Amino acid sequence: MNAWPFVLAAYAVALGAAAALTLASWLAMKRAEK
Amino acid sequence: MARTAVPTLHALANPARFLALARPATPLLLWAGIVLLAIGCWAGLTQTPPDYLQGDSVRILYIHVPAAWLGMGGWSGLAISSIAFLVWRHPLADVAARAIALPGAVFAAVCLVTGSIWGRPTWGTWWQWDGRLTSMLLLFFVYCGYMALARADAERGGDGRIPALYGIAGTVLLPIIRYSVVWWNTLHQGPSIGLTRSSIAGSILWPLGFTMAGFTLLFAAIVLMRMRATLARLKAEARLRRMARP
Repeated sequence: MNAWPFVLAAYAVALGAAAALTLASWLAMKRAEK
Repeated sequence: MARTAVPTLHALANPARFLALARPATPLLLWAGIVLLAIGCWAGLTQTPPDYLQGDSVRILYIHVPAAWLGMGGWSGLAISSIAFLVWRHPLADVAARAIALPGAVFAAVCLVTGSIWGRPTWGTWWQWDGRLTSMLLLFFVYCGYMALARADAERGGDGRIPALYGIAGTVLLPIIRYSVVWWNTLHQGPSIGLTRSSIAGSILWPLGFTMAGFTLLFAAIVLMRMRATLARLKAEARLRRMARP
């Protein structure tokens, strides 16, 4: 079985979730401190 | 050492002093985390050999292990903040516990999803109700319960003690997750990475240090951002209350 689609899907999930969380936290902080 | 550490923690519990440190620390942690994470992911995807047994799917290790560490480490931080809140009544400790909950839950979910994706080519199944997977899923639900409880407590004007007690009680799951692979028969591999030695070859393991450090610094930056947002909101609410007074 070719493992690369699984590897790429796992990285997309982890990095996508981390990026979304970082961006949401950054925007909430900027909005609150304005 | 303990004599100086406690006064330092008390000093940091002052919101003004905390913000004076948190403002420069946030971008530093954020960018250091992003750089380390980029190096770790690049190395994990391109610079290490495939495992002799698992092939390329072993590369999921570099994101799955940090997610598991932050899911469990996040709850440890939440529990320590809850203890500090109950013992010293520092409101900042309560703010910290609430700020940790969402990123902790997200990383617990990332651990579950990446583990499931790893399980398909390795074990031939997406999910198995064994000790490690089930206890990690329970931790995710416990995070969700904490967030619901903390929100309900805030809306009803509670003093934060009930979410703090829940945060401390939830730590019972951490040793269960840690030792589940030892106590029960499981598809999940046993402990392979320790503080002093590892059963994984160094040629495969080294990018894990970068992704562990990168995700941890990113997590710290996210918690600081969420704490700063909460403190700014509390400050604005206090100002509105003062203005509303006759």
